[in-house]
Amino acid sequence: MPGMPPLKDRRIWEHPILTFKRGRRVKFYFNGNVVEGYEGESIAAALYAAGYDVFSRSPYKGRARGAFCMIGKCSSCFAVVDGVPNTRTCVEPIREGVKVEFQEGLAEIPSATGGLEGKDEEVIEGVDVLVIGGGPAGLAAAIAAAKHGLSVLIVNEHFKLGGQLIKQTHKFFGSKDLFGGLRGFQVAEELESKVRSMRNVRVLLQATAYGFFRDGWVGVAGKDRLYRVKPRFVIAAPGAAERHLAFPGNDLPGVMGAGGAQTLMNEYGILPGDEVLVVGSGNVGVIVSYQLLQAGAKVKGIVEILPYIGAWFVHAAKIRRYGVKVYTRHTIKEVWGKDRVEGATIVRVDEHFKPVPGSETDIPCDLVLIAVGLTPDTRLLAQAGAVVTWVPELGGLVPIRTKYLETSVPGLFIAGDASGIEEATTAMIEGEIAGLSAVVRAGADDAGNAAERREALLKFLWDEYRASPVVAKAKAGKLKVTVSEDEMERIRVSNPPPVRFGS
Amino acid sequence: MGSGVPPYKETGIITVEELKRLGLMPPEERLARGPVAIPECPEEIPCNICVVSCPQHAISIEGIKGLPRIDWDKCVGCGVCVAKCPGLAIFVVDLSKPGEYAYVTVPHEFLPAPKVGDVVDLLSREGKVVGKGEVVKAWETNKTWVVTVRVPKELAMEVRGIWVRK
Ligand SMILES: Cc1cc2nc3c(=O)[nH]c(=O)nc-3n(C[C@H](O)[C@H](O)[C@H](O)COP(=O)(O)OP(=O)(O)OC[C@H]3O[C@@H](n4cnc5c(N)ncnc54)[C@H](O)[C@@H]3O)c2cc1C
Ligand code: SF4
Ligand code: SF4
Ligand code: FES
Repeated sequence: MPGMPPLKDRRIWEHPILTFKRGRRVKFYFNGNVVEGYEGESIAAALYAAGYDVFSRSPYKGRARGAFCMIGKCSSCFAVVDGVPNTRTCVEPIREGVKVEFQEGLAEIPSATGGLEGKDEEVIEGVDVLVIGGGPAGLAAAIAAAKHGLSVLIVNEHFKLGGQLIKQTHKFFGSKDLFGGLRGFQVAEELESKVRSMRNVRVLLQATAYGFFRDGWVGVAGKDRLYRVKPRFVIAAPGAAERHLAFPGNDLPGVMGAGGAQTLMNEYGILPGDEVLVVGSGNVGVIVSYQLLQAGAKVKGIVEILPYIGAWFVHAAKIRRYGVKVYTRHTIKEVWGKDRVEGATIVRVDEHFKPVPGSETDIPCDLVLIAVGLTPDTRLLAQAGAVVTWVPELGGLVPIRTKYLETSVPGLFIAGDASGIEEATTAMIEGEIAGLSAVVRAGADDAGNAAERREALLKFLWDEYRASPVVAKAKAGKLKVTVSEDEMERIRVSNPPPVRFGS
Repeated sequence: MGSGVPPYKETGIITVEELKRLGLMPPEERLARGPVAIPECPEEIPCNICVVSCPQHAISIEGIKGLPRIDWDKCVGCGVCVAKCPGLAIFVVDLSKPGEYAYVTVPHEFLPAPKVGDVVDLLSREGKVVGKGEVVKAWETNKTWVVTVRVPKELAMEVRGIWVRK
């Protein structure tokens, strides 16, 4: 098979922070070879653990393709799974006997059995709140709404709840009542157990909201059935996708998103590489470097185009203490290797960020992580007709919203990274605000209390949390897209929403 | 923070002078009296975990984002905040013992777990091995080890990490 590396065991068996509770052993096939994984792993993760990191070749030029984002957002991990091509193996759990095949370029159109027809269908009418996305924002929203008696349906594309939190092993900042001091995955555990204990919350996993339809119907594609949902309110919290950079070799397997590598090592306990170069010195790049050291990898350096480190100083100090070098005023020039990363060339830049010829340094490595920011996933919101606008401080296109997080589509609220990139603490605060907004709008019994709590949260968020100088940029971005109720009404007049919720 | 970017943002390393300027360094006479915490947290980040973690109520922060202020007289150098600080930014230094040694307490989150009696590499803020030191105390909470090492007095303000060799 093209691009098959020698088999190895990439699983991490000892970790200073994490205990990997591995499920039952599961046997499946890759190109007819038996691969063993553990229940609860994704196909991409289990293949990676066994040393396979190339799953397909591109239709154009036949270049090797591996995983990049590991959360279902980039499509680079396609393979043929039980006859279904273009399957995102990173969000597909392994099953006993499942047959995974290498995909050569464009696949043949699958037969009817692999398609959507013939699937069961379920109509869900009369649910108060549909929450799209089960990350910190969605979970906080669901808890807030359900606490006040509303019925909630959470649909989550991934087969696990918790979003990006489940791969955060460091302790969170913030204050104690915002889960500060707990490690990210512990916060996810708390949110999940809370949601699971609430009788008026239903959770659908591996269920993707794929579109808004006339009269306020929302389409949700589940694993084995399609759902047609007609909710009173919608809270969209689908998160964000990692950005990439343009440079020669950027598509080689072994060039991965920093979050993708975190998924492998912190969620599944699989070492994504042995010698790593990280591009970008923001919090994500610096935190992933620290986590790589903890997992036993060697960090060859962090490349940063600016003259200073982007991360909060306390995070930066943590990796410097263990000798990780930060190449400020440097950028990545190219990544080389045959079918997978063998090394990278970095180059110094001048004050105009132009590469200085002759200042190249070659760095042998087998993993290059891209940590240059996230882009809000607002495709679904735009399809619903919510007015979006380009805000660089927030990572890209984001919906215009009121301070109560309602978009220009009445009754459609947003929260978390999809509303503009900040972090998990603000994602949870926004989620709760959005959930409470649905409660207030629904006129639930104790809507008065909900409104009071919402004001207190807004005050804390804007006047205290976002007052910190280290989050000034995100605050400026959020200010740009937060409009008054009156302004929103005017926006709705010039951009009539194609659907409405909340009536 | 002013308009310019402070030097520690370029290097990821803060100097003792900068810590003094920000009022994060205990006075000499306090350092000579016994173990005391030093929060190397210069940026007004939105965090106040140390405030609620200190059993002596020695730490205060204005709102959620001021700089951590330690009441040097209340602090007993117990190291609880070292374990709780999410930034792993607090250290305890004890310069009060007669003789040539000082004691530095650092957070540690790597394998193998440190044990009393281990002789470990002493790391500076920039990750240089500046010497070897013996672990005299080590305890753990939520997977963060709080490790006290004996170091030559002149390294007390330099050592901010350890490496336990396998
Ligand atoms: C390396 C790194 C370090 C970080 N460190 C910190 C930190 O120290 N402190 C901090 O506060 N934050 C931190 N964060 C940020 C934090 O993890 C994110 O801001 C937060 O997870 C965003 O929450 P969310 O709920 O908006 O989105 P996510 O956590 O991304 O969750 C979105 C969920 O929605 C699902 N979904 C997406 N589309 C659909 C759809 N169409 N239908 C159904 N479901 C869908 C996804 O499967 C996912 O489960 C860090 C992030 C990274 C990557
Ligand atoms: S060392 Fe102990 S007493 Fe001193 S500030 Fe920290 S927690 Fe408080
Ligand atoms: S707990 Fe640590 S990071 Fe948070 S404010 Fe205190 S010293 Fe700074
Ligand atoms: S979609 Fe699977 S790696 Fe990005």
